[in-house]
Amino acid sequence: MGKTLSEKILSEKSGTDARVGDIVIARVDLTFVQDTTGPLTIRQFKEVKHGRLDNPKQTAIFLDHAIPSPNRQLSNDHRFLRRFAEETDCLIFEGGSGICHQLVAELFANPGDIIVGADSHTVTAGGLGAFATGMGSSDIAVVFALGKTWFRVPETFKISISGRFQKWVGAKDLALHLIGVLGADGATYKALEFNGDAVAGMSISQRLTVANMAVEAGAKVGIFPSDDVTRKYLAAQGRGNKYRPLRPDIDANYKRSLIIDASELAPMVAMPHAVDNVTPANMLAGTKIDQVFIGTCTNGRLEDLATAAAILKNKKRHPSVRLIVAPASQQVLTKAMRIGYIQVLVAAGAVILPPGCAACLGLHQGVLGDNEVCLSTANRNFKGRMGNPEASIYLASPATAAASAITGEITDPRKVA
Amino acid sequence: MPDAILKGKAFKFGDNISTDHIIPGKYAHLRSDLPELAKHVMEDADPTFAEKVKPGDFIIAGKNFGLGSSREHAALVIKMAGVSAILAKSVARIFFRNAINQGLTVLICETDKIDAGNEIEVNLTTGVVTNLTNGIKLTSGKIPKVMLDILGEGGLIPYIIKHGDFEL
Repeated sequence: MGKTLSEKILSEKSGTDARVGDIVIARVDLTFVQDTTGPLTIRQFKEVKHGRLDNPKQTAIFLDHAIPSPNRQLSNDHRFLRRFAEETDCLIFEGGSGICHQLVAELFANPGDIIVGADSHTVTAGGLGAFATGMGSSDIAVVFALGKTWFRVPETFKISISGRFQKWVGAKDLALHLIGVLGADGATYKALEFNGDAVAGMSISQRLTVANMAVEAGAKVGIFPSDDVTRKYLAAQGRGNKYRPLRPDIDANYKRSLIIDASELAPMVAMPHAVDNVTPANMLAGTKIDQVFIGTCTNGRLEDLATAAAILKNKKRHPSVRLIVAPASQQVLTKAMRIGYIQVLVAAGAVILPPGCAACLGLHQGVLGDNEVCLSTANRNFKGRMGNPEASIYLASPATAAASAITGEITDPRKVA
Repeated sequence: MPDAILKGKAFKFGDNISTDHIIPGKYAHLRSDLPELAKHVMEDADPTFAEKVKPGDFIIAGKNFGLGSSREHAALVIKMAGVSAILAKSVARIFFRNAINQGLTVLICETDKIDAGNEIEVNLTTGVVTNLTNGIKLTSGKIPKVMLDILGEGGLIPYIIKHGDFEL
């Protein structure tokens, strides 16, 4: 019997013949924390008697959730994290560098790697063929100390994608559709493995978006095979030597198989307060919105800003809608300025926030008021997520978000663009 | 291992209680001040929970408890509230590991036969859950040995301090 991508990577990194259901100890290629999970992780790490990082160059701290810091407590957490980086010589990325998952994609993730981070959206790196998953502080503290952790080898759902996306329909719509089909716990403990003829036509940006949302169906990882698109991305990011072809075996065993025809997908929206509460955007026509947020580890990449800029070019945000945009990294921001996307967005009335998580998790930079409605390109719309349990969050693609910013209500981008 | 017999009152919640319900992201500035953070436990699911819960009580939930963020603070503040165990139909992956890593017992069982305020007894040795209010007995699902071992040491950090490594 052949192996899935997860079985292959876990076999290699554990030195065993890893099969579904096995518990294995596997070496980790990169482990990281961000500024809201890092302090607890480091305190726990300091309790472990080894007290020394297994490998400082495979250990990273990203300041992204609360930057620039909105209050003294978080400023002190940032000081604590910087001091730890100085003491241990681990990697640290200062506020404004970008969102951890985007930087992991730009700088670290390679096909066949195991990456674990103290952030649930660590799954994003699956877009590059890495076995990447989120864990809590205790688990990450132990990886800091030992460079390895335990995994149960997951069953895999094979998600085959065929056909071509319609114009203004893309990876986010695919992800929302898939979560609607699976349900918010439909893939709990499972691996999602993406396949099919449409995958070759998907950019790394799009793959990262789909992999990013695997956890919203409960999955442990969302993983793509590596191919020529992966090779070119890695080469462009200066690590072409890290490319390796990685595919599942043809006779691998899957728990479940799903087929999605991309050409049949419409712009999708997740309604409050659950990510699996999805419906086509045109069913929500007339739903008034107060804020549009374009950014996050799901949709803050250059392609996403390009899409938003294409729709907002020579247009203005609706007078009753605040439009906020946060590029996912400094690299994204720099390129978006050079090409002119940022200028278009500013001319349309957007507020540009520094590269980071921004309004996504309700800390600052776009907290919602009572009864307000936000249309966001993020990955979560749980009650209270954006800082106020009396507010509502709809999730959609950058195209739908940009179109809706113009009209002031949830709008199918095909009606505006 | 925690005491073999746990007894307490049921606090009932529905399906899909996320980490944002358990401890909202807006309180990230309190994560280095755990006693202050713990005052907000379950706030967006039941704002009265923190003042009503007593040591030994149970959180009884539907499916997919703890979905969302990896913040271990979610398991930590529930433990700090004195909750002796979480009983749920299913638990999200990261939260499950976090709870066990914090030494917080999680049992998977059919929770429809437990109502808010019921007196519950859990036998950790046999995995049997007894609703003392209505007399109904429930069996809980098995959890992997590695997790039982970690739970037995009171959490992952104490486990690693004691053993120095994973022992499978």
